[in-house]
Amino acid sequence: MATWTPDQPLVEMRDVHKAFGALEVLKGISLNVMKREVICIIGPSGSGKSTLLRCVNALVPIDSGSILVEGQEVNDPRLDKLALRRKVGMVFQQYNLFPHRTALDNIMMAPIHVLKRDKAEVEEQARALIRKVRLEGKEQSYPGELSGGQQQRIAIARSLAMNPDIMLFDEVTAALDPETVKDVLLTIRQLTEEGMTCVIVTHEMGFAREVADRVYFTDRGILVEHGPPKEFFANPRDPRTRQFLDQIL
Amino acid sequence: MTTAKSTDLPVLLAVRKPEPSSSGGFRLSLWHGFVLAAALLLSVAAADAAAGPAVASIPATIWKWTPLIAQGFALNIAISFLAMAIGTVAGVPLGLAQISLLPPIRTSSWFVTQFFRNSPWLVLLFYCMLLLPFQIQIGGTTIPLPGWFKSTIGLSLPVMANVSELVRGAVLSIPYGQWEAAESLAYTRRQTLWHIILPQCVKRITPPWMNLYAILTTSTPLCAVVGVNEAMTLTGNILNAEGRTDLLIPMYLYLLTWFFLYCYPIARATLALETRFQVR
Amino acid sequence: MDLQPIWNWFRTLHDTTGINLTIFYDSFDRARFFNGFLTSVRLMAVCIICSVIIGVIGAWIQGSRLRMLRLTTQGYIQFFRNTPPLVQLYFFYFAVGAYLRVSAGNGLSTPLVSNFTWAAICLSFWAGAFNVEIFRSGIEAVPRETLEAAESLGYSRLKAYVYVILPLAFRISLPALNNNLVNLIKTTTIAYAIAVPEMLYIANQIWSDELNVPEMMNVLLLIYVGLVGVLVLIMTRLERALRVPGYMP
Repeated sequence: MATWTPDQPLVEMRDVHKAFGALEVLKGISLNVMKREVICIIGPSGSGKSTLLRCVNALVPIDSGSILVEGQEVNDPRLDKLALRRKVGMVFQQYNLFPHRTALDNIMMAPIHVLKRDKAEVEEQARALIRKVRLEGKEQSYPGELSGGQQQRIAIARSLAMNPDIMLFDEVTAALDPETVKDVLLTIRQLTEEGMTCVIVTHEMGFAREVADRVYFTDRGILVEHGPPKEFFANPRDPRTRQFLDQIL
Repeated sequence: MTTAKSTDLPVLLAVRKPEPSSSGGFRLSLWHGFVLAAALLLSVAAADAAAGPAVASIPATIWKWTPLIAQGFALNIAISFLAMAIGTVAGVPLGLAQISLLPPIRTSSWFVTQFFRNSPWLVLLFYCMLLLPFQIQIGGTTIPLPGWFKSTIGLSLPVMANVSELVRGAVLSIPYGQWEAAESLAYTRRQTLWHIILPQCVKRITPPWMNLYAILTTSTPLCAVVGVNEAMTLTGNILNAEGRTDLLIPMYLYLLTWFFLYCYPIARATLALETRFQVR
Repeated sequence: MDLQPIWNWFRTLHDTTGINLTIFYDSFDRARFFNGFLTSVRLMAVCIICSVIIGVIGAWIQGSRLRMLRLTTQGYIQFFRNTPPLVQLYFFYFAVGAYLRVSAGNGLSTPLVSNFTWAAICLSFWAGAFNVEIFRSGIEAVPRETLEAAESLGYSRLKAYVYVILPLAFRISLPALNNNLVNLIKTTTIAYAIAVPEMLYIANQIWSDELNVPEMMNVLLLIYVGLVGVLVLIMTRLERALRVPGYMP
């Protein structure tokens, strides 16, 4: 295991291939994420964006290629998954909060059960996180009593409680109605301003334009084009990118 | 691997179970009790009217034999409790084994579950009654196995298989997103099951589990066929002793009433729990 | 086709290992066990067909406007579902059957209804009661909007049911119906209690004569599990053939 220094990429993906049965979803993706960088990945459905994220925190094993997170090879069968997932936090489109526990419990559970941290300390952090996502007063609410946007913010807080080095967001606003989307995006923007490394898969082009350091476009398993948002949206080089942007913007 | 979005368009709704319990649960209600009571009273009155004055009245006869029937029914209930307890304790690990990651455990537990689910309860009863020894040696002590105990074991086998299926179904019905979220928070599989999946399963399992208990209770008369002295056998003995054909219908209706009076509160409680635990 | 060599093999099996399967090598036992098997299968077939018919008729009546009709059907359903089938069988065979006797001309009275018929009637009504609920729930699970769409296309109510609702309702009911029919097959063994010469009863006679209880019990178990397996196979094929692509799980 190579020692990693912050001047090297936090996440380094090289020629990653993944197929589900006969369907090849990732056809040789290579991408680097530096520390404190915010990457937005956009593209049509089925282009492999969600699979890409899930490969980074080893929810989905890759067929070939390599993914290095802080210098550690994710594809290595001897990988300590626990150590990896402490560094990589993930927020899902369907929030996936645990419905049988309160919002505060949802945030506190993993640090206590998995990291074996002290309960009082975890509670203090959890309450601070709830304040940070602007949901004071909702500590004792159950997920079923919260709106979609509120649930998503609790989900973000839950991942943050593990003190990750990088946060992955998988189309987190896609299942929300427009009014609540803004709240969640605000929370994510706050995170980026505080220096969290983020990889965000999203359809919200305006948001991507504002927060991203670089925007990547995937289509059918290939990274077609990438660049800083200003250039990317103003002058897309590849015709596929142009076609996609014309359709949504 | 994208998650599917749910739609609220009125397309064909997801296959809902016939009633909120997995084996087509029944709905006992008070008016069934009234109907049963009415039938009972009617038959008793009719038989009484038809009987001559020299014969003892039907209600008096039934009352005379009630303590004995109560004794027999107590055995039915004892058998049902014990069989349910044994079956549940054995069935939960069997159900969890069905979702094990190791193929041999998965296949063998599936096989055991399907085998006992598909065997007729009466045949299993015969099997246990005839093939279990009448006493076993543990260490130095000899423990006798009475007939009612062997038939309890016989009944606990299908219960075990049904509980196993309930547990497996409940675990599989938890949305995959829960597993993903737990995994991304670095939970191990065992931790995920214990802290996140199984607590959510308890609510889902309780109504069909109670329904299973009610079905088990109505199956305890099967023990009469293999010679256990429970309520049904005793009813038969009483009818033989009395030797009156006009006692037949009232007596059997009386026996049915006993079962009804026991199963009705359970059905009500199950209904209440189903509505309270409605899975959102 | 001369099967004598096969029977001889079983006789040698007995001579060498002591496993006594007279139902194979002894022609008398073989004949009576086979008759028992046929009786069982006949009972199962009759009950399956009758209970499905009862279920369809009952579900139809449940949608009727006549309150009295609905209540009577409900009463029938609740009686048969909430009482032990064995007690029902005894009730009909012994209690009701005691009154349904005709004099046979020689001074003795014989029962009007044979025990096989009572078993068939009782079990058909028992399973039919569950089927009514299953079919009714199937019909209810089809959204009202589908019926409205059919009617707005000009279908009469009856035609809408026949061409649109019932095909869908039937597909929805199949899993629960499968479950119920499996239960029905297993429950036919209670006919033993009223001396119907089905498999369990004959097996009992055989093991009383030949003292080969373990062998007979094992054979019985295997045959019943096999019969259930055959039914499940047929029903699964039916489900698959009727499957609505892209929707049904």
